[in-house]
Amino acid sequence: MCDRLAMEFQDGWIVNLGVGMPTLCSNYVDPRKSLIFHSENGAIGYGPLASAETADRYLVNAGGQQVTAVPGMAIVHHADSFGLIRKGMVDVTVMGAYEVAENGDFANWRVPGRKGGGIGGAMDLAACAKRVFVALEHTTREGEPRLLKRCTLPITAPGVVKLVVTDLGLFELTPQGFKLREHAPGWTLDEIQALTGARLSAADDLREFRLRASREPR
Amino acid sequence: MKNKIYRTFDEAVADVPDGSVFMSPGFGGVGIPRNLLAAVNRQGAKGLTGISNNAGTVDAKVDVGTLVAAGQVKKMCCAFTATPHPSQVTAFVRMYNNGEVDAELIPQGTLAERIRAAAAGIGAFYTPASVGTELAEGKEHREIDGKVYVLEYPLHADYAFIRAWKADTFGNLQFRLTQRNFNPIMAMAARITIVEVENDIVPVGELDPDQVHVPGVYVDRLVRIPPDGIWD
Repeated sequence: MCDRLAMEFQDGWIVNLGVGMPTLCSNYVDPRKSLIFHSENGAIGYGPLASAETADRYLVNAGGQQVTAVPGMAIVHHADSFGLIRKGMVDVTVMGAYEVAENGDFANWRVPGRKGGGIGGAMDLAACAKRVFVALEHTTREGEPRLLKRCTLPITAPGVVKLVVTDLGLFELTPQGFKLREHAPGWTLDEIQALTGARLSAADDLREFRLRASREPR
Repeated sequence: MKNKIYRTFDEAVADVPDGSVFMSPGFGGVGIPRNLLAAVNRQGAKGLTGISNNAGTVDAKVDVGTLVAAGQVKKMCCAFTATPHPSQVTAFVRMYNNGEVDAELIPQGTLAERIRAAAAGIGAFYTPASVGTELAEGKEHREIDGKVYVLEYPLHADYAFIRAWKADTFGNLQFRLTQRNFNPIMAMAARITIVEVENDIVPVGELDPDQVHVPGVYVDRLVRIPPDGIWD
């Protein structure tokens, strides 16, 4: 799923990856594109996850995973790191979520029945990045849809999501709501619609997931 | 020049009174002042308010969560009041859910900027983060050039506990890679700044002035981490 989102990154973009699945995006990039990975803790221009040999315990990404340095990397403190975010320099942020709504709202910091939440840098990034991409499972473990007309959980930011990938498809957020651009192998629009809590439209060139034949070596 | 070097962590934190507000940096397990937090834990100050990115993790290492678990903290100001997964129950999460500790949940960039505002003498600032969410409810909003912001105030502290890579005897500090995170802004924001240092504290003049991340004027106390200290 993150592989598919990473394919949307354009040459020269500053990319911020959320904790969990999205951090995998830094491993599957096209070597023909030059991307600058930024993490909240102030690393600007870090590389793929480190191996045992390349690990340096002083260099971690937003998820606390050890990453590699690449030539040209710079380090700033936390306030400057978020200054870069608020200024709007991050071209895309990729985050996980519990829910996404057809109006572009999304929720990823508090679940029902739990006091408190985990915001981290999500609200700053969601409000200020040029594009917000979301990766999530299409339904809950109970089979309830996560793509909805309106979020039921407290939102992280209003109206910001541009692109969503789930295990069933790739969806663009348009003024008319979710537009299915690509579907998982073997799934039809109607079958995906049945598991979605908002009305789907189909892209004119709707097709099967476009995935790279083989992953680039690290 | 006033001597800033303390022999032990216990001496460096001996005067921290009950009810103090403290800052504790660290992100992803890096740059946490574990030795100073362990000393505050031994010292036993109570009714503390903590300012930190999180309120402790599930690992067994000394961090802010150690003070929370010991009942020394009455309130946390942080960007996480829940763990990423409900199965991970930290001392903080258990006590917060039981009402034994209070918390203010703050978006991470707003947290960092509120600390920097305290470090920079700024009275308040407007940020776009959290606009349109429940965290912005009740806060002053203002539209500036067509964009909506919320008003946020500085976070001041009595003490900052800092982890540095290198220091000189005047307290000029250097950090290594993402160890830097919240360390410089907290070191500059607090009234009294206490630093644990990973390398030998060098004489004044040995650090290149262009490579100093925190000027020594902000730093009050330094302790070199001994070989049997907490290193990771």
